[in-house]
Amino acid sequence: MGKRIGMEVAVAVAEAVGLCNIDMAAVYPITPQSHIAEHLSDLVADGRIDAEFVTVESEHSAMSAVIGASGTGARSYTATSSQGLMYMHELLPIASAMRLPICMAIANRAVSGPLNILNDHTDIMPQRDSGWISIFVENGQEAIDMSIMSFKIAEHKDVMLPVNVNIDGFQLTHMVEPFEMPTQEEVNQFLPPFVPHATLHPSKPVTMGAFAMSDYFAEIMKAKDEALKNSKKVILDVWNEWGKLFGRKYQPVETYKIEDADVLMLTMGSMGETAQIAIDELRAKGVKAGLVKLRLWRPFPLAEIKAVLKNAKKLIVTDRAISFGGPGGPVFSEVKSALYAEAKRPLIYNYIYGLGGRDMAVKDFTGMFEKVLADTTNQEADTYEFWGVRE
Amino acid sequence: MNIVENFDLFAPRLINKKELLSPGHRACSGCGEVLAVRLMCKALGENTVIASATGCMEIISSMFPTTAWEVPWIHVAFENAASVASGIEAGLKALRKKGKIDDRYVKVVGMGGDGATMDIGFQALSGAMERGHDMIYVCFDNEAYMNTGIQRSSGTPMGASTTTAPAGKVSMGQKTWKKNMPEIMVAHGIPYVATACPSYPLDFIRKMEKAKSIKGPSYIHCFSMCPTGWRSPSHTAISMGRLAVETGAFPLYEVENGHYHLSSEMPKKFKPIKDYFKPQGRFRHLTADEIEMIQERVNIEYKKLVEKAKYLKI
Ligand SMILES: Cc1ncc(C[n+]2csc(CCOP(=O)(O)OP(=O)(O)O)c2C)c(N)n1
Ligand code: SF4
Ligand SMILES: [Mg+2]
Repeated sequence: MGKRIGMEVAVAVAEAVGLCNIDMAAVYPITPQSHIAEHLSDLVADGRIDAEFVTVESEHSAMSAVIGASGTGARSYTATSSQGLMYMHELLPIASAMRLPICMAIANRAVSGPLNILNDHTDIMPQRDSGWISIFVENGQEAIDMSIMSFKIAEHKDVMLPVNVNIDGFQLTHMVEPFEMPTQEEVNQFLPPFVPHATLHPSKPVTMGAFAMSDYFAEIMKAKDEALKNSKKVILDVWNEWGKLFGRKYQPVETYKIEDADVLMLTMGSMGETAQIAIDELRAKGVKAGLVKLRLWRPFPLAEIKAVLKNAKKLIVTDRAISFGGPGGPVFSEVKSALYAEAKRPLIYNYIYGLGGRDMAVKDFTGMFEKVLADTTNQEADTYEFWGVRE
Repeated sequence: MNIVENFDLFAPRLINKKELLSPGHRACSGCGEVLAVRLMCKALGENTVIASATGCMEIISSMFPTTAWEVPWIHVAFENAASVASGIEAGLKALRKKGKIDDRYVKVVGMGGDGATMDIGFQALSGAMERGHDMIYVCFDNEAYMNTGIQRSSGTPMGASTTTAPAGKVSMGQKTWKKNMPEIMVAHGIPYVATACPSYPLDFIRKMEKAKSIKGPSYIHCFSMCPTGWRSPSHTAISMGRLAVETGAFPLYEVENGHYHLSSEMPKKFKPIKDYFKPQGRFRHLTADEIEMIQERVNIEYKKLVEKAKYLKI
């Protein structure tokens, strides 16, 4: 069993990645990712990890360099946030189409403008359709566990897709939390060496990133889509294996007190912990409230979402990003479309909250429940609401 | 004796016979750029990995499911060939050190057109050169964005007509001087910078081989004739490259650790620039005054180069 330690989450993520025998990392600093970048460079500087550390001149080059390195068969890692992620955007679908098992931490932060360095999910949402496996974590322990597991998932021969692990910036990356850090021996046993099937090496020349017109492009897209959908099986296998080894079991969708609940809330990321306290408070008052936490964003866990949500009377979907001029937040739109065909489904409400680091207290979550419970129209509003935003 | 004069005699013995860029690619007939790429591959040999930018050379060589490449080759995007190459270099270094791949030395090469190099990929290239990766970057400069239809770049010469800087009633076409990219690379303090042109194949190959022998970053700026974009007949590519050198429009030189050396191909006396302009449709609209203005600039630029070669000699 690993050691129980207290540490800043960003530093712990770098420590965890340091246990994964990476060959190469390329990073460009941005708040609040920078502690991951800095600590990784410390690990290299102190000889604690044997990897090439490329201090690129931009995030565009960070993603380009990890694509090149991953193409050679090197286990490659990067981390970014917000503007950095937006700057990488062009390359994300290329990395997944080339089936390169790159792993990346995203310290989620609001996207400009106006410039803001604090947490929300407006950076990851525009990357949704890039063909990456996308995972959200709630606390430091999950950030460590998911970072290590991401390599095993990405490099699995039936997956071969890049993975991003979303860690709420500041609200999670900069917290000092207690957690259990697996030992080097444990990670060595868990994580096999990466065996690529084609690499950039003269021993067997290959062409990567060819040009494909209408006669092949659609097939390549379909193959990528199928690969991403099929990756769920491997994700579940890897999470189960982890659960057996370390006692921490992960599900694509986690639930809290939903069995008899009339009204459910759905969250993604670190806000789940605060929402959970709100559930306890409401339960103490006799309100049958429950919480659903979406951990796996891509591939979207359609069956699991339906199974846990369809029996509730009311459902509050919370979003930390906006789809400007759209029907609702990105999480809301997906959840609603997942439930659309169900004969029995809850009335769905959408709140957009916590933008640009706006504080969310327990009372904000209880407030959402109270407002939804007070609604007796028995009709679904065809719009969303901003929570805690001045008019 | 100028070795190029006896090309037929020497070439078969001096040039690697193996084709690493195979025929059957889709370049226009008479393309000088693809000739340059082919010669580059001959100079580099098999132990090479190439990262290519988007552009003519990428499109014509890699139509899925076929490929013209006999060496490992990757294309990712337009502006990042140098960063992809940095990552390849880092990846191969790590894997070799850890014994995960065989121990042979592999040269990593980034390549892109003038647009990919001098405009959109400028930052990525600057970063890669500054970081000192063991790689060669080759700019295949055909003086415009040819792949997308002959739009101007910062490598387009003054007075050339392109589709986004066309000659018109009140315009002479390109109104800016060609960016001096080799000089910017010299300013990075890298060990080796050279200019080359496939009309002088042995000089080009020798420079590529020198770059290959250097452990560290090097930059080759290769003048790449494009009959399609220059609006000249397809059989003129080689002579156009010669004229660019013989008029001083594109001087051949190399810079080793900051020391300049003019290549032996440089003539003692230049032909007038109009001889080079005349066969090309892109310059056809230029007036005598405009040509004179460009001629003056060519003279000054060459003089500066000669001075550097005199005082900063190898
Ligand atoms: C980010 C981005 N912007 C624009 C393009 C469109 N584009 C593709 S190739 C090209 C021009 C290439 O010009 P150059 O680098 O000079 O190479 P050439 O085709 O002339 O050899 C352009 C503009 C692109 N692929 N990506
Ligand atoms: S447009 Fe010019 S550079 Fe491109 S393939 Fe044709 S001749 Fe070569
Ligand atoms: Mg060009």
